[in-house]
Amino acid sequence: MKVKVLSRNPDDYIRETKLDIQRVPRNYDPTLHPFEVAREYTRALNATKLERVFAKPFLASLDGHRDGVNCLAKHTTSLSTLLSGSCDGEVKVWNLSKRECVRTLQAHEGFVRGMVVRFCGTSFFTTVFTGLDHHQKEGVFATCGQQVDIWDEQRSSPIRSFTWGVDSFSSVSFNPVETELLGSCASDRSIVLYDMRESAPLKKVIMTMRSNTLCWNPMEAYYFTCANEDYNLYTYDMRYLEKPLVVHMDHVSAVLDVDYSPTGQEFVSASFDKTIRIFPKDAGHSREVYHTKRMQHVICIKWSADSKYILSGSDEMNIRLWKANAAEKLGVLAPREREAANYSQKLKEKFQNHPQIRRIARHRHLPKSIYHQTKELRVMKDARRRKEMNVRKHSKPGAVPVVSEKEKHVVTVVK
Amino acid sequence: MITLLILSEQAPSRYWQELQQEKDEAKDAGAGEGNKEPTTEEAEESKTPKQKKRKFKEKQDQNQDKKCISGKSDPFPGKARIPEDRLQKFKRKEKIKKPPHQHYKLRTMIARSEEASEMAQKQAARFDLLLPEEAGFLEGDEGEDTCLVSQEDIANAVDITSGAKHFNLKLSQFGPYRIDYSKTGRHLVIGGRKGHVACIDWQSKHLMCEINVMESVNDVKWLHSESMYAVAQKKWLYVYDSNGIELHCIRKFNDVLRMQFLPYHFLLATASATSFLQYLDVSVGKEVVAINTKTGRLDVMCQNPQNAIIHLGHPNGTVTLWSPNQKEALVKMLCHQGAVRSVAVEKNGTYMVTSGMDKKLKVYDIRAFKPLKSYFLPAGASCLSLSQRGLLSAATGDIVQVYRDVWSTPVTKPYMAHRVRGTVWGLHFCPFEDVLGVGHQDGFTSMLVPGAGEPNFDALDANPFRSAKQRQEWEVKALLEKIQPELISLDPTELGHVDRATFEQKHEDRVKALGFDPLAKVKFIPKFKKKGRSSAGRVEKRKKQVAHEDQRDIIRKAMEDKRKTEEERKNKEQKKTLLSSQKSALDRFKK
Repeated sequence: MKVKVLSRNPDDYIRETKLDIQRVPRNYDPTLHPFEVAREYTRALNATKLERVFAKPFLASLDGHRDGVNCLAKHTTSLSTLLSGSCDGEVKVWNLSKRECVRTLQAHEGFVRGMVVRFCGTSFFTTVFTGLDHHQKEGVFATCGQQVDIWDEQRSSPIRSFTWGVDSFSSVSFNPVETELLGSCASDRSIVLYDMRESAPLKKVIMTMRSNTLCWNPMEAYYFTCANEDYNLYTYDMRYLEKPLVVHMDHVSAVLDVDYSPTGQEFVSASFDKTIRIFPKDAGHSREVYHTKRMQHVICIKWSADSKYILSGSDEMNIRLWKANAAEKLGVLAPREREAANYSQKLKEKFQNHPQIRRIARHRHLPKSIYHQTKELRVMKDARRRKEMNVRKHSKPGAVPVVSEKEKHVVTVVK
Repeated sequence: MITLLILSEQAPSRYWQELQQEKDEAKDAGAGEGNKEPTTEEAEESKTPKQKKRKFKEKQDQNQDKKCISGKSDPFPGKARIPEDRLQKFKRKEKIKKPPHQHYKLRTMIARSEEASEMAQKQAARFDLLLPEEAGFLEGDEGEDTCLVSQEDIANAVDITSGAKHFNLKLSQFGPYRIDYSKTGRHLVIGGRKGHVACIDWQSKHLMCEINVMESVNDVKWLHSESMYAVAQKKWLYVYDSNGIELHCIRKFNDVLRMQFLPYHFLLATASATSFLQYLDVSVGKEVVAINTKTGRLDVMCQNPQNAIIHLGHPNGTVTLWSPNQKEALVKMLCHQGAVRSVAVEKNGTYMVTSGMDKKLKVYDIRAFKPLKSYFLPAGASCLSLSQRGLLSAATGDIVQVYRDVWSTPVTKPYMAHRVRGTVWGLHFCPFEDVLGVGHQDGFTSMLVPGAGEPNFDALDANPFRSAKQRQEWEVKALLEKIQPELISLDPTELGHVDRATFEQKHEDRVKALGFDPLAKVKFIPKFKKKGRSSAGRVEKRKKQVAHEDQRDIIRKAMEDKRKTEEERKNKEQKKTLLSSQKSALDRFKK
């Protein structure tokens, strides 16, 4: 007879010395691992809960300005440098790793409204014009005040001026991908697009309320997001301005500034209601909200160039440094730590739609004023909707057309 | 000098040259088949441009014979082939139907996730090659029957360590013994009816503890690791440490006859003589649920390892399936014409084997609840146990018989048989070893059954060679991953399915929120008016007005729908009559 009985040699399964690592033979047979879905679900639930436990986004507050911080500028080549301009004309250069001010300059006598660093990183521009932006590659910059001017660095008068019958512009921004395109926000509730090479503006879209700032998506050539006074942000495709791609709703007061992450997947918005919100580029609602008792109206915001930090300048003379992912562990991670973090992240994504996990992941503490304001706005919105429904019900079918939420906010497009 | 002229300069032919020929033939056949490809163009179109590019590149690489530096070409070009059955072993789910073309984001997400699944499946199948051990076997010579081979013969024919796995513990004083092996297969706890309880590391024969609980013992069970075990004594349930110290006496669990431990839920399920099925969470120490089964004395119990459902056998021949979330049985199956004597469920959760007083042994497919096979045993089987590789052991009186492949090929004779020294009271296969433990009236016997145990264990799940530190780490991770009892149901993958009923409800709500409310049932709250126009009667009148308006709307809509269906029906009938009124040349032959 032929017989073989299972006999394992312990030398193959136990480590030789105390200094070795343990031997872990694996067998991926699914029958040896029952309850895969339930165990992964439990792990995802734990990961979501731990994310809330470790969500501590506030890193540091940069103190020093003697008046409200009006504008921030990212240094194009150095990650640890930040420039800020305040309402009394002071410009400060900060070193973010040491969290201290390196230089202070008295640039203007009035508000420093616009500030930008040149693409080479050796010099920066400040202005009392309402807005300022520099070209990505050439020595050309644009300002906006009564009209949008394109200046050459060497000349003392603008090389081109764009007007469209509007009395003032609030901000101007160069497209980082298509470097000849510009966008600006005008006081007649419109957004005007220009091409630097042409002599007249391209087109403009007029909305129901004024936009404060504009920011182009650094990854997608045609998309830009504008921060509007009616508490929303609108992402437009430059080619089809009839209706916005996405309406981002979550703020309870005017949105003052917006900046995209260098990955182009998310953007951060600063609002008059003392909060900062982070939105995914294609979602209607925010994924994260940052607030502090000490932070008053947030005027300007920047997403750092390594996509890890957010810098906010606010009314009470402080610049705050936040983490972009609130529960992320900073610094160099060991390989096993990194693996575990990636695994948890993937699990959270996989089970994000299950009700219990969604409830925990979405939960954020809000200051009482904002919580009540949100509820009030919802009641108002419901009332408006009900009224419209009733009007439609009691009028001739077709007399009151159904207008989608996106179309509601655009008045017209002018070429 | 004679010089041999070699007529043909051909080198002797090698085995891969045949393969090369085959490959060329396959290529020609493939070229011929290429003409059929235009019909599969539709399938091609559905792929994204990036996928098409990747496929094209793959084909290019395959077709070109990559030349090495030496100038020779690879005799086995392309990636190594994976055998189909191995690939099938790791398949989790069928591919899902792709959503319609306009949901392009969803389509790309699904395509990407399916690609990742396939890659994971292939990687796991490739890793299968690296498994260190192979299963045992026993093959008789020509004319020799494996069931006539005795344990002593096997023990003499194998190596010393394996031979030492066959031993007898002669303990005739304390009654028939119930046994349990721990999940890793390293430790064994035996409990005699008259109160003798001992736990042993059976491979090294090291005695961990030995106590006499001074009461009758109905059952013993290891808890999650080798540090604690539960003993069902005459009155109550006791938990002991592996040193023999009594940790808990749980008075809520009285008259317990049988116990089963659900390892991934940390639940101890107990069946009592008072027809109660109780679940105890051993990590927290709380009773999860006590179910009154109302079916009488419960002394036949087993668990389904795939979905943690408890199977109970009853004196009226039924087997009932229980989960802690329902007070009634999930399923009631009539299995035998007499009482059910024993139940066992296979580790894959597909087959259930039951034996009854009607001397029959039946095999059921537990997923479809269909009977597969029925065998007649001359004396009936009092205990059943299934091993990890599908061997079934059945004990009748003092004879233990092991059968192989009970569910696929009809079995005529046992694989192995052994006689022990007393009535068999407990039967249990050791998890990762080729060993069957038998608890009987005269003590304990460990039998060698080649081919019973799973040869390759997963060290992150159950590692028989783990150190104390590894056990502690494993325990912490297992407790963190403990599954809540609410998730126990017949289908363990239920969490992964979309809950369609509530999804439809939610979809409706979303449609509502957009402003197109077809079934708007917004409550009408009349506005408060001054000057007495908001008295109770007036308010009721206003409410009634709105309600009548709504009713009129509903009736109008219902009439519209009715009219439409009527019209459709009329159109259909008209069309039918038109077709039938068409004259054909054969009409004159119709009567």
